[in-house]
Amino acid sequence: MNLNESLIDQTIAPEEKQYSYLNLGPTHPATHGIFQNVLKMDGEIIIEAEPTIGYIHRAFEKLAERRPYNQITPLTDRLNYCSAPINNIGWHMTVEKLLGTEIPKRVQYLRVIIMELARITDHLICNAVIGVDTGALTGFVYMFQQRELVYEIYEEICGARLTTNIGRIGGFERDFSPKAWEKVHKFLKEFPVTLKEFENLLKRNRIFMDRTIGVGGITAESALNYSFSGPNLRAAGIDYDVRVAMPYSSYEDFDFIIPVGSNGDVYDRFMVRQEEMWQSLSIIKQAIDKLPDGPYHAIVPEFYLPPKEEVYNNMEALIYHFKIVMGETDVPKGEVYHCVEGGNGELGFYLISDGGRTPFRLQFRRPCFIYYQAYPEMIKGSMLSDAILTMSSMNVIAGELDA
Amino acid sequence: MEGSDQEKVITAIKEKYEDEILHIEAPYNFLTITIKKEKVVEIIHYLYNHLDTKFQFLTTLGGIHFPEVNQIVVMYQLHNLVNNQRIRLKVYLPAENPVIPTITGIFAGANWLERETYDFFGVIFEGHPNLKRILNVDEMIIYPMRKEYPLEDQTREDKNDTMFGR
Repeated sequence: MNLNESLIDQTIAPEEKQYSYLNLGPTHPATHGIFQNVLKMDGEIIIEAEPTIGYIHRAFEKLAERRPYNQITPLTDRLNYCSAPINNIGWHMTVEKLLGTEIPKRVQYLRVIIMELARITDHLICNAVIGVDTGALTGFVYMFQQRELVYEIYEEICGARLTTNIGRIGGFERDFSPKAWEKVHKFLKEFPVTLKEFENLLKRNRIFMDRTIGVGGITAESALNYSFSGPNLRAAGIDYDVRVAMPYSSYEDFDFIIPVGSNGDVYDRFMVRQEEMWQSLSIIKQAIDKLPDGPYHAIVPEFYLPPKEEVYNNMEALIYHFKIVMGETDVPKGEVYHCVEGGNGELGFYLISDGGRTPFRLQFRRPCFIYYQAYPEMIKGSMLSDAILTMSSMNVIAGELDA
Repeated sequence: MEGSDQEKVITAIKEKYEDEILHIEAPYNFLTITIKKEKVVEIIHYLYNHLDTKFQFLTTLGGIHFPEVNQIVVMYQLHNLVNNQRIRLKVYLPAENPVIPTITGIFAGANWLERETYDFFGVIFEGHPNLKRILNVDEMIIYPMRKEYPLEDQTREDKNDTMFGR
């Protein structure tokens, strides 16, 4: 994008110009994370950008090679920590695919509810932060109040809030409690009101539209070439959604649309995420309506902790308990790729098992890492303040970027 | 991907690059083709343009180290978004000197993925515009995802995990 070419002083030849260099980051309050960008600037126009990443690299792929399968779930929490349950459940489904486990319908529906709640929190933060970066702090505060409600639901289901470690390989450790359902219904009642209010605040807001339309855009061809996925790709006009392309966890049972944009700019990304939240709400409602009865976990004794009662009274249960806790369970050999639609796009798990208790190789396909490399191209020729806005609208999450 | 679609892709590759194919399998119904390293860019370019395949989306790219055979595998995963087909290509390289041509000319998104593979496995991507470390510090002298580097410092004496083989 060379939007502001006209703003560049054309009276001086490029080779005679003295450019200034600006270190944006690593720790800069406006970047919402630890990213460094060395910007070559002509006045306020960015000529070139050189991103440096890896500030919170924690070697998850290496760590995973030494951990039993159930202990890898907490690592996935810390990838995209704004939508940790999607990562957890994506990982569980990868292992289940490797094991060939049949998952009960109820578990699949409960997972859909959790994953859509997670998607809402993810998009909610992103859109609220776009608001903040354009100067609208009010919306941010309203939306964060709603995020709290979702975190209370997580808390009721698994006991944790941000890094959830939700569910187990095979299902959930316990069924949703009545209190949890109460909170889900409370959220479903209160959130649409706030979301509508937030949307009204920004959607046709003159200042917001002037700040976002045509800013940080990317064409569909370029987005595909950069392997974009998720809302950022859809904002550029390509309707690729893993939930529809390769339905997992019974997504084929639900009716929802894939919103697409046309310009791939900040406004389109905002609107795509906004519509996806409405769609997620609709999916949650459908899942609750259609929720079948049945067990809340599959029968995978090698990975699913038996009830404490049985551990004390039953030999097999005690053995399984010991094996799970000590991580002594061997898994079959195999090579699996499973992907889910994460908050930022196609979140893939490429797993090679050599038959041992730990993966031989586990690679995370982190959508953030892949699309952030287009950032220098997207901000070239734009103003510094637009660069900040572009970054927040791409929803770059440091944890997912650096793994 | 259905079996007949996989056949189509295999036929498309065999049409022109029969000699380059080393092995074909489909673990968990995911077509995986092992190819020789010389024509990897050519084959990916061919798959990108061929009407039956049109693999125009790079899903992921990464390395795998097999210490027993002293080889490093570079794995490419491509996706045809129109027909919703996927393919995985694998190229075996000797671990002492893993050199492979870059595919950044076809997929701009391969840039950082190749840098990451270089960073962690030491695979040299010939012709890459900016092949340097990406997640680790520049001063690092090892390629940490290779299997010969254990996770923990082996000289530590304060940890005794011999009981459970950690």
